[in-house]
Amino acid sequence: MINFILKRLWHSGILAITMSLIVFFGMYVVGDPVEMLSDDEFTEQDKIDLAIELGLDKPLYEQYFTFTGDMLQGDFGTSFVYNRPVLDLIIERLPATLEISLLAMVIGLSIGIPLGIFSGIKNNSRASKIISFFTTVGYSTPNFWQAIILIMVFAVFLQWLPASGRGLTNSMFGVEWSLLSIDGLRHMALPAVNLAIYKICMQQRLAKSGTQEILYQEYMTYARAKGISRYRIIRRHLLRNILIPIVTITGLEVGGLIAFSTVTESIFSWPGIGKLLLDSIHMIDRPVVVAYLILITLMFVFINFVVDVMYAILDPRIRHQK
Amino acid sequence: MIDYKKKLATLSIEIKSIFSGHPIAIAGLIGFIVFVLTALLAPWIAPQNPYDLMILDIMDGLLPPLSKLGNGTTSWLGTDALGRDILSAVMYGLRLSLFVAFVAVSIGTTIGVFLGLLAATKGGWVESVIMRAVDLKVSFPGILLALMLLAVFGTGVDKIIYALIIGVWASKARLTRSSALSEMQKEYIDAAKISGIPNWRIMLKFLLPNSIAPVLVMVPMALSGAIGAEATLSFLGVGVPITEPSLGLLIANGNDYLLSGKWWISIFPGVVLVSLVLCINVVADRIREHNNPYLKSMDKQ
Repeated sequence: MINFILKRLWHSGILAITMSLIVFFGMYVVGDPVEMLSDDEFTEQDKIDLAIELGLDKPLYEQYFTFTGDMLQGDFGTSFVYNRPVLDLIIERLPATLEISLLAMVIGLSIGIPLGIFSGIKNNSRASKIISFFTTVGYSTPNFWQAIILIMVFAVFLQWLPASGRGLTNSMFGVEWSLLSIDGLRHMALPAVNLAIYKICMQQRLAKSGTQEILYQEYMTYARAKGISRYRIIRRHLLRNILIPIVTITGLEVGGLIAFSTVTESIFSWPGIGKLLLDSIHMIDRPVVVAYLILITLMFVFINFVVDVMYAILDPRIRHQK
Repeated sequence: MIDYKKKLATLSIEIKSIFSGHPIAIAGLIGFIVFVLTALLAPWIAPQNPYDLMILDIMDGLLPPLSKLGNGTTSWLGTDALGRDILSAVMYGLRLSLFVAFVAVSIGTTIGVFLGLLAATKGGWVESVIMRAVDLKVSFPGILLALMLLAVFGTGVDKIIYALIIGVWASKARLTRSSALSEMQKEYIDAAKISGIPNWRIMLKFLLPNSIAPVLVMVPMALSGAIGAEATLSFLGVGVPITEPSLGLLIANGNDYLLSGKWWISIFPGVVLVSLVLCINVVADRIREHNNPYLKSMDKQ
């Protein structure tokens, strides 16, 4: 197990370095920072001075080391638009994204998995067909379109729920959370449901196909033949075995949720990091974009690592692979 | 010589066995064909050319569905703020959305299949590099990679195609490699090697046709994914340019008017987008189910 973890750590390290190289080359070499920072009144000499000030006259590898060195010390530069350290901006907005993603995840798992197991076991029942039809529709509807429909129905026509902002927040551990106030929860409802619909559909489909594949394995037939109760078969044999694909996908989807929250956040004006990224792309606020991408990369590397380890714990075959 | 007539006959039998007895899948297939035909024929059947700003009349702006336009024709689905006929805009938007997705998925799949075959046949460092790159790509959500690329290179139809290609190739490469590897265990490949057929020929003549089936099964899903991704990116304003609106951008344009009750600008392109993706997914699900040995054996039980 320790060997397995060390090997995965080594892979994660390589992944992180490769991504930092890609982001660095993408943002610093392909895009021209001088052009972005200067305006029409800049003379050629001003541009050269600016390049020297930014360290662009130095060889590339040196620039890359300064870039990563600064980041390792937590210095991600200063936003052009907000004129504040980028890291502060991101940390300030992170809780909003986290709470919405986690809420969506909880809703998605607690509805999607039971639905999926049910429609897998009762594959030919009418209820199962109706569930599967709805999840196919949900799965086929782009996130942003669901958001528009949700706003139209619940905020405009019925006027039950607010469609933008975070509402009242309460503080815990020095951080403001909408989860802790009624008004905050009301504001969270629509964006969280928007993120959750896709998750519900995804989990239902996964759990359904997992259930169906396992249901006809020989050990299931054997368990039934032994006369084990239906409940025990589901709990001991079915649930355990469908957990493997679900854990993998769920792990990756935590990241996916945070990525997709860019769409949801910008439609519902939810002040998280996803909205920050899109705003920054539109306003060409390069340091923010770079910092976001690097941090999200690190987060993904970490999630992948955790998923791999979880996977190995759940399935002994994986840790003994070469 | 390959007997094309025979191949065509087997293909049509296969298609029949996929769809017969599955009315929803048949409806999806028919819907998809209608959408493709509409997109292809848009320049001839659309009431007006929505890209031609000269013929637009601002007096026709924001008319609800079934209104009479200034030139005496009827606008079935209403007009947008510029006086553009929504029906025509949706047809052209559909055309662009399908074009972008088709191009991206075919190029991405081709690259993926080629890299997968290369990894399987070459082995060694070539395989390691390709498979590491696949891992790298697969561990990121496509929408983030696309946003990253569009943030670096700017927006436009060509840029969004590149971004979508990057979303498509990796899973295809992984699938092709594993299916080619199991194919390479078979005796006819050994026989081909012994008879001195060059490696690239074995790769293209034997491995490619025999290991491509699982990848082809994934193509419809990739297509609907690409359509959804393009719509999302265009909706967010980092996709296609405003002069050539795709379905996603049309929805974004109408989004500002939704709250004032002018629903038709967004709703019609949205309905078309969702129906299109739904049609493809229904067909894709059916094809996947048909090719899944577990589910197949279950049908019999």
